[in-house]
Amino acid sequence: MDFKDSDQDAAFRQQVREWLAANALRRRDDEDLRTNESALLEYSKAWQAKKADARYACITWPEAWGGRGGRLIEQAIFDEEEEKLGLDTGVFTIGLGMCVPTVMAFADKATKARLVAPALRGEQIWCQLFSEPSAGSDVAGVRTRAVLADDGSGDWIVDGQKVWTSGAHYSDFGIVLVRTNPDVPKHKGLTMFWVDMKAQGISVVPIRQASDQRDFNEVYFNGVRIPDSQRLGEIDGGWKVALFTLMNERVTVGGAMGAGWRDLLKLAQGLPGLGGTGTAAGDGAFRARLAEGYVMSEGLRLTRLRALTALSRGQTPGPENSIGKVVAARQMQVVAYEALDILDQYGMVNEMGSHSLPGRFQWNFFWGAAMRIAGGTDEILKNIISERVLGMPADIRVDRDVTFKSLSERRASSG
Amino acid sequence: MNFDFSEEQVLLKEHARRLLEAECPSSVTRKVLEAPHLGFDKSLWKHVVELGWTGIAIPEEFGGTGMGHTDLCAIAEELGRVVAPIPFVSTVYLFAEAILQFGSEAQKRELLPRIAHGELIGCLATAEGPGYFSPGKAETRVVKGRMTGTKFPVTDGGTATHAIVAARSESGPGLFVVNLEGEGVSRTTLDALDPTRNLAKIAFEDAPCQPLDGGRNAGDRLAVLLNRAAVVVAFEQVGGAERCLEAALTFSSERYAFGRTINSYQAIKHKLADLYIKKEIARSNAYFGAWALSTNAEDLPRAAAAARIAGTMAYEFAAQESLQTHGGMGFTWEMDCHLHLRRSRQLALCLGALPLWREQLISCLEQADLIESGA
Ligand SMILES: Cc1cc2nc3c(=O)[nH]c(=O)nc-3n(C[C@H](O)[C@H](O)[C@H](O)COP(=O)(O)OP(=O)(O)OC[C@H]3O[C@@H](n4cnc5c(N)ncnc54)[C@H](O)[C@@H]3O)c2cc1C
Repeated sequence: MDFKDSDQDAAFRQQVREWLAANALRRRDDEDLRTNESALLEYSKAWQAKKADARYACITWPEAWGGRGGRLIEQAIFDEEEEKLGLDTGVFTIGLGMCVPTVMAFADKATKARLVAPALRGEQIWCQLFSEPSAGSDVAGVRTRAVLADDGSGDWIVDGQKVWTSGAHYSDFGIVLVRTNPDVPKHKGLTMFWVDMKAQGISVVPIRQASDQRDFNEVYFNGVRIPDSQRLGEIDGGWKVALFTLMNERVTVGGAMGAGWRDLLKLAQGLPGLGGTGTAAGDGAFRARLAEGYVMSEGLRLTRLRALTALSRGQTPGPENSIGKVVAARQMQVVAYEALDILDQYGMVNEMGSHSLPGRFQWNFFWGAAMRIAGGTDEILKNIISERVLGMPADIRVDRDVTFKSLSERRASSG
Repeated sequence: MNFDFSEEQVLLKEHARRLLEAECPSSVTRKVLEAPHLGFDKSLWKHVVELGWTGIAIPEEFGGTGMGHTDLCAIAEELGRVVAPIPFVSTVYLFAEAILQFGSEAQKRELLPRIAHGELIGCLATAEGPGYFSPGKAETRVVKGRMTGTKFPVTDGGTATHAIVAARSESGPGLFVVNLEGEGVSRTTLDALDPTRNLAKIAFEDAPCQPLDGGRNAGDRLAVLLNRAAVVVAFEQVGGAERCLEAALTFSSERYAFGRTINSYQAIKHKLADLYIKKEIARSNAYFGAWALSTNAEDLPRAAAAARIAGTMAYEFAAQESLQTHGGMGFTWEMDCHLHLRRSRQLALCLGALPLWREQLISCLEQADLIESGA
């Protein structure tokens, strides 16, 4: 076992560091980037293009698509170094982490040729149109309907509503999961498409969040015409495609999020201690909680490295990676409360708009709560760990062998 | 032993609940949330004053109704349920209490009737920036009856007419009464994590002030004041936690996932059972606190710390997990989950954060242990 970089990896890390030092544009926590969305998008696009020019965007993607054909460990090294400087804004995470890989796996050659490169360069942004008002955890329960147009064109006409779609208001494209057949059990009647968000009949309404920001949206489909060439995978085979996307989601959103224990220690060192002596970092109880926080987040980082080791040996990573998001999201929340506690009354002053340490922990305060829900709730992820990893029996499923139609009827009559 | 509210208090609570359901639906709280410059909801405040709640624990000779602190606790629980957007904690549990406990006869005569009649809004100003405040280190100074220094954040400091300020004078740390509408006071409103409670920075420049109780022993006096308020705030926390539980119960009975209502999943059942457990533990600790408060028991510091810790744990857990139970809906502005998320944090910080109270509780336990073991 060796947690140091191999010679090859160390050389790569050095090269990345030098490149970042020479090319970094700005930090994502600059004040205007936190408060001004168009400034954020402009910076994110410029940074992504810069990375793409140097083949540091999507390092593992084939060179033909604009990647570097690199190894996963190289991507991990780049991410670590980029994160140290706070350069990545997350604007492309959903698109490049989930949507575009799905397009690459399921679209035809011409489509890929048209869409992949601009996405990688950050010229186009993608969103994930899965959840609906009555289908979040149970995303196979989507009701948005796609029916074949009656003009014989082979096009699909889509009607329905998506919700909580992150970034839809600034996205150029999206992948959308719809129901094409209500007369079979719910998983069997779904189809996936990619859509142009500017298509006629799509309207995007930003949702005001608990945090008083507007990152996610309602997306309405009103007679939207989608050519069959935009289908990803088989007709009624959309669930398989969705699972592919969701697998990528669990990997994508497991990384470090928000301010962490390092920032907490820094904050504590600058604040007065209990009883007016020393600093807040000197308090034994605080130190105990900081130690626990360290073990959790560092443990998570090391767990990811174990997965990378497996991958670099050509093995499939073990199930231990499934703990990533459930641990990271809760940690965000825990760390935020600790930080606001040592700020004492000052924790009540909202500094979310600035890049101050208190402001960053307040950001965690809200986003910890959000991340425990987004991309699979804590409860769903623990179900997955217990059932798929530990092999415990699945919950009794009442909706498995009934047609989607009768399922909605049953619910309508009981509710 | 009679470990519950009396029959009259139960009636008072029921009355308060009906009234607040009518007068303070979440739309009223949201009015202040959307327009924090309002500071508080004036018409709700007026109602509360008319009902005599601001004077509940103020003796009749000073214009109050003289009912007592347990009655105040009963009202507090109901105000906590509805996330009331009024300066009740600051005015009633802190300012009025400070005058009642430590004020001179003249101060009582001058100030208490005005609180009972709703003309005076009070606040307590301790913090001087980020981190724990210790009275012995206060930078705010009083020289010859004039105060100079800056306090922030001060809850309700922007809307209050008067403040109790922890400062240092020639005779050491003390508590002082300042008329915030008088000379030498300037105030700026601060952006608040819970915008339904006003927050301000108050700068004093040679502002006239009066010492409270001779202006000495601020540390002890402040501790007594915070202990007393902590008990009442614990009832607000219990009320808030109970409201979160009810919301989660209702939502989970209506929300379907995988063909079943989500309240049929053990993950949700156990979550809400945990919430109930924490809330009941908090309630019991709060009741003990109410007893200690209303009888001026020697045990008050221990009872208050326990009530505060249990109340904070219950309300924060309730707010987090009720939001979690609501899924993506819970993270929208439209749902009330975030009102509780914000208020639970506000209540957890406004009288000093948990680490301070944990420390106090354990010190009390150590002392009690010494006494019992006869050392
Ligand atoms: C910040 C944010 C960003 C998001 N971005 C996107 C996006 O870009 N694209 C997109 O498609 N979606 C997005 N979502 C939606 C997200 O995927 C859903 O909110 C999430 O999957 C939960 O679904 P739900 O909200 O319907 O909650 P529900 O599924 O209704 O769950 C409610 C509660 O019930 C619990 N529950 C449900 N089923 C079970 C079960 N079987 N066992 C135990 N407990 C259960 C849940 O854990 C939760 O606590 C986003 C959400 C958030 C908060």
